[in-house]
Amino acid sequence: MSETRNEQLAVLESMVRIRRVEERLAELFTQGNIPGFIHVSIGQEAVAAGVCSGLGPGDSVLTTHRGHGHAVAKGIELRRFMAEIYGRQNGFCKGRGGSMHVADRNVGVVGANGIVGGGLPIALGTALASQYRGEKTVTVCFFGDGASNEGTFHEALNIAALWSLPVVFCCENNSWAQFTPQSSYMKVTSVAQRAAGYGMPGTCVDGSDVTQVRAAAREAVERARSGGGPTLLECKVLRWQGHYVGDAQKYRAPDDVKEARTHDPIRSYAEVLGAAKVLEPGDLEKIEQCVKAEIDDAVAFAAASPMADPADLLTDVYA
Amino acid sequence: MPTLNIIQAVNDALRQEMRRDPTVVILGEDVGKFGGVFRASQGLQEEFGKDRVIDTPLAESGVIGTAVGMALYGLRPVPEIQFADFIFPAMDQIVSEVAKFRYRSGGQYTCPMVIRTPYGGGIRGGHYHSQSPEAHFIHTAGLKVVVPSNPHDAKGLLTSAIRDPDPVLFFEPKRMYRAARGEVPDGEVVVPIGKARVTREGRHVTLIAWGAMWHEADQAAREAADLGIECEVLDLRTLQPLDIDAIVESVQKTGRAVVVHEAPRTCGFGAEISALIQERCFLHLEAPVARVTGFDTPFPYTLESEYLPRAPRILKAVREVMAF
Ligand SMILES: Cc1ncc(C[n+]2csc(CCOP(=O)(O)OP(=O)(O)O)c2C)c(N)n1
Repeated sequence: MSETRNEQLAVLESMVRIRRVEERLAELFTQGNIPGFIHVSIGQEAVAAGVCSGLGPGDSVLTTHRGHGHAVAKGIELRRFMAEIYGRQNGFCKGRGGSMHVADRNVGVVGANGIVGGGLPIALGTALASQYRGEKTVTVCFFGDGASNEGTFHEALNIAALWSLPVVFCCENNSWAQFTPQSSYMKVTSVAQRAAGYGMPGTCVDGSDVTQVRAAAREAVERARSGGGPTLLECKVLRWQGHYVGDAQKYRAPDDVKEARTHDPIRSYAEVLGAAKVLEPGDLEKIEQCVKAEIDDAVAFAAASPMADPADLLTDVYA
Repeated sequence: MPTLNIIQAVNDALRQEMRRDPTVVILGEDVGKFGGVFRASQGLQEEFGKDRVIDTPLAESGVIGTAVGMALYGLRPVPEIQFADFIFPAMDQIVSEVAKFRYRSGGQYTCPMVIRTPYGGGIRGGHYHSQSPEAHFIHTAGLKVVVPSNPHDAKGLLTSAIRDPDPVLFFEPKRMYRAARGEVPDGEVVVPIGKARVTREGRHVTLIAWGAMWHEADQAAREAADLGIECEVLDLRTLQPLDIDAIVESVQKTGRAVVVHEAPRTCGFGAEISALIQERCFLHLEAPVARVTGFDTPFPYTLESEYLPRAPRILKAVREVMAF
């Protein structure tokens, strides 16, 4: 399937936007402007950008503690996204959620989640509701390889396959769960293998290659949309940074981190597009400028947004 | 005597009990090679090996379930749940299995284990790194619930918990992990489960607290003293079994009680304590029992300083019961 130049540039721009947003978040967090914790997905942008490029506004996304990229790629408005992470009243969740719980109903970001594995069963319900109402929308649930060991993963995959639900389970396998390497918590190295046990297709792609991610995601989303049921899509990625911003990764071999950083989904896609003459000289600079302006604007908006009001402490608990 | 913080005291107790008893085994997420996210098990895998300090997958239900089986077969597992907020995936194992095995097997099988978990707010952690879920477990018969406030008690109570024949939920006040420092003897320290401690004597009001809130209560008591109000401060240390005698003795003397906890107010443990006080001290009471607690909301992300009981709110309650 041939893609237009604009589509390709949009994917590149989406990855750049995620990278720059997270770099800025890390900086703002380090300066003390953001409460809580921040987990960035730097180096893993191809998954969010690649998968979400094939989704429409009516499709739903559930994400994790490492979820900025998915929300940004799904088209969340940066101003209120930033204000949310700042914990301010103008944030999408009135500043109640913060980085780990960003949600925006308008673009189908059902929510990031501080509970690892928390989103997996919820995806069954959004997918079932869509099926029930005869809509052709799909749900994508992002999660990590660590999460694939929670009971919720196994319950969710069985039910989704059994009921042919329109879900894509997208595992970002970065081979770490916090400070512990995968060999200490899983016997298999590929999460996609597990799909067979539930009776659904499982695919594994290089998650640093956005072209591969897009192709695999397109197939999975089409299957879901056309009534063909769920897919387990595994994207192998490399975690460039620590588990959270401020984690110096002393538990990791320096060479491992260095090696991870040689897999740069943005640089390699820019090279591919450059070689194909899709990306002309000056295009990337334009993308960077435009993204920077958006982020500057969002940060200014967040910083000027009012702090959470103590008078609101008791609201939104019940209708 | 060495000065330790709470995390060091916990580490010390784990190490000593593992040396003393080869059936003590630690398991949990990031506890092994990394030594735990708060460093509670630092150095233990090096000393005791991978068979006794086990890194598990992210699988809280699996971790506690494994501990159940180990305990039934004569081991003393000490599972760690990384944050108390992540205990809920294991709730079924804890409530349906851990708590009930002794009872339902007519005493044939028992489940001695210590589920260690950091709890509480004040670290800007938001919804899932801040909660104080102790009441759920106190409400579940068959579990003991222990909450130390200082390094000495952390070591002594953890030692007792590991030796206890019943399952113990051991809640560690994470905000005080490094902030609370104190002298802790090198060798064996045993603080009995089920015994509260009067940390300050006074004749006007009894302040009842545990864990991180004991520090706030103590602060409030100092400030009250400047106003001429003498508070008696009780650090409960164990919530189940509760040292009701210590509470009754104090409240019968003072005639006034203020209970402090971080957890939401409704059905928080303060409600039970308040009921017990009015059942046993009714004729001694000079004022209704006051509760200073978190609010009936999920844990707030940015409003935690409004949410958490702090000394000024406690002091206000003290003045109100005095003025009643
Ligand atoms: C139920 C639960 N248990 C433990 C944690 C603590 N925790 C947060 S992130 C994480 C590791 C997650 O690993 P993975 O799912 O692979 O995602 P990654 O961080 O690699 O993106 C852990 C253990 C949690 N948030 N929720």
